[in-house]
Amino acid sequence: MTEAYVLALLPFLAAVGAAATPRMAAIWGLCATLINLGASILLAARILSGGDMRADLGDWPAPLGISLVADGLAAVMLSMTAIVATAVALQAMSWGLVQPRGGQQRSRLQAGFWPLWLATLGALNALFLSGDLFNIYVTFEILGLSAVGLTALTGSRNSLRAAFDYLAAGLAGSLVFLLGVALAYAAVGRVDLAAVPALVDTATGRLALGLIFAGLAVKAALFPLHFWMPAAHSSAAPAASAVLSALVVKGALYLALRITIEAGAGIEVLRIALAVLGAAGMLWGSWMALRAERLKLLVAYSTVAQIGLITLAIGVADDPSTSAMWQAAALLMLSHALAKAAMFLAVGRIAEELGHDRISGLNRTDLRPGVAEFAFAIAAVSLIGLPPTAGFIGKWLLIDGLIDRGAWVWIALLLGGTALSAAYLSRVVSRCLRGGPHVAPGARRPEWRTGDVAALGLATTALALGLGSALPLTLLNGTAL
Amino acid sequence: MTSETMYILAGVLLAALAMHRLCTARDALARILALNVLSVGIAMLMLLAGRVAGVTDAVPQAFVLTGIVVLVAVTAALLSLAERISGGDDD
Repeated sequence: MTEAYVLALLPFLAAVGAAATPRMAAIWGLCATLINLGASILLAARILSGGDMRADLGDWPAPLGISLVADGLAAVMLSMTAIVATAVALQAMSWGLVQPRGGQQRSRLQAGFWPLWLATLGALNALFLSGDLFNIYVTFEILGLSAVGLTALTGSRNSLRAAFDYLAAGLAGSLVFLLGVALAYAAVGRVDLAAVPALVDTATGRLALGLIFAGLAVKAALFPLHFWMPAAHSSAAPAASAVLSALVVKGALYLALRITIEAGAGIEVLRIALAVLGAAGMLWGSWMALRAERLKLLVAYSTVAQIGLITLAIGVADDPSTSAMWQAAALLMLSHALAKAAMFLAVGRIAEELGHDRISGLNRTDLRPGVAEFAFAIAAVSLIGLPPTAGFIGKWLLIDGLIDRGAWVWIALLLGGTALSAAYLSRVVSRCLRGGPHVAPGARRPEWRTGDVAALGLATTALALGLGSALPLTLLNGTAL
Repeated sequence: MTSETMYILAGVLLAALAMHRLCTARDALARILALNVLSVGIAMLMLLAGRVAGVTDAVPQAFVLTGIVVLVAVTAALLSLAERISGGDDD
């Protein structure tokens, strides 16, 4: 369990270190991110060989104490976070490792970025490892506050407004969530995740679950509660957008998946509600992405659509004790995290080269398409769900399960959503495929930057994960139900 | 009408009013206040959930206490954001 303690504690300690010595912030960040990657790989390897682990903090067992639980699903989520974290750290390295003396705009951005990002990382790790609902509420608060800080980091009027709306919506969501936790305690007298199956038997318990999911819907930006999200994700700095879109919303989605797994077959109404809202979000997000004029906004609305897809997958999954359909949702989360982080980092680089992010202005005769455009295209392939990417495996599992059940309505919705995602992403990709007469003979090629490496690395990982999806699936298969 | 029903009604009413104001108000300060009222309403409901047959349980009270701590921190962050939004340049 040492790895789990490292994962839950180290990022917070590094965040304090980075805040205390702003000039060395990048070094703190790099070290913590690399150790975090190592620890999550070790933890996954240990779970693969030895099964689930659990530890009670201070030897106080549940229901009174706080317990950390590490199983296959948690390991997949932790590894996903660690991989994206490494790429984001790489991108942020482009600001330089040690900050020169003298206050510039850049240095404030950098000094603020590392502590907030490390706190976000720590909150996510602690969330995935927590075994009780109240502890998860606390991690959500840390996650929310640090994510809002990341949103506001550029200091522009738009990003401050977006951060305000984000924080206000997040607080309302967590208050509702907290009320749900308190009602769950009133119903069954404990708040660890193992108490969830007992909640479905009483009226208070069902109300508690409803409130918990309402809170999660706000935090995950599930349609129609996504109103705060596109502005927040599109106005932040590229590295921050990647974190917000790829990882932060996954916290709430992970908990929704975890609770539906624990609750088993007893929450049919809730599942149907999730599936319907998910489908609506998928269609609405795609429609808005089709109409977006700016690249970052398109990618942010694509997140609304993808969250809808993942929620749909959580909602239509059969009883987890008899079917493995829930694994599709976990794989889709994994592939979306990698692809969307790659996409936001790539968009950051494209906007940097072009000087703007208008989609209509992507065709430039004096600039050849670069690595960032290539990374964007690979990430788009994964988001659409074409083979051999991880997105394909997730959708395959999902549609395969739905065909077995003959649920043709859901299959039609899924295919419609896939077609729409292909449509809105090809708005960008088709403009990146320019060549021949569209490029002037002396057109320059954008230079390589660390941001390109990060984006391309993530996109390639999303691609390779489709070929190596046996590994996450083995981890997920071992998850005790 | 028992006192428990009164508390439930008052808590739900406060929460509902605050939610309404939160969704409709444009002014930043009004929304921050709405969030604070919402949290009071929810705290009432939570405290009530901890009272079973007249005996008070300490755990929901601890939940409420944590909620208050979080609320203070988030209110501070919201106020500072609101000040920067209205205060022109952020210096």
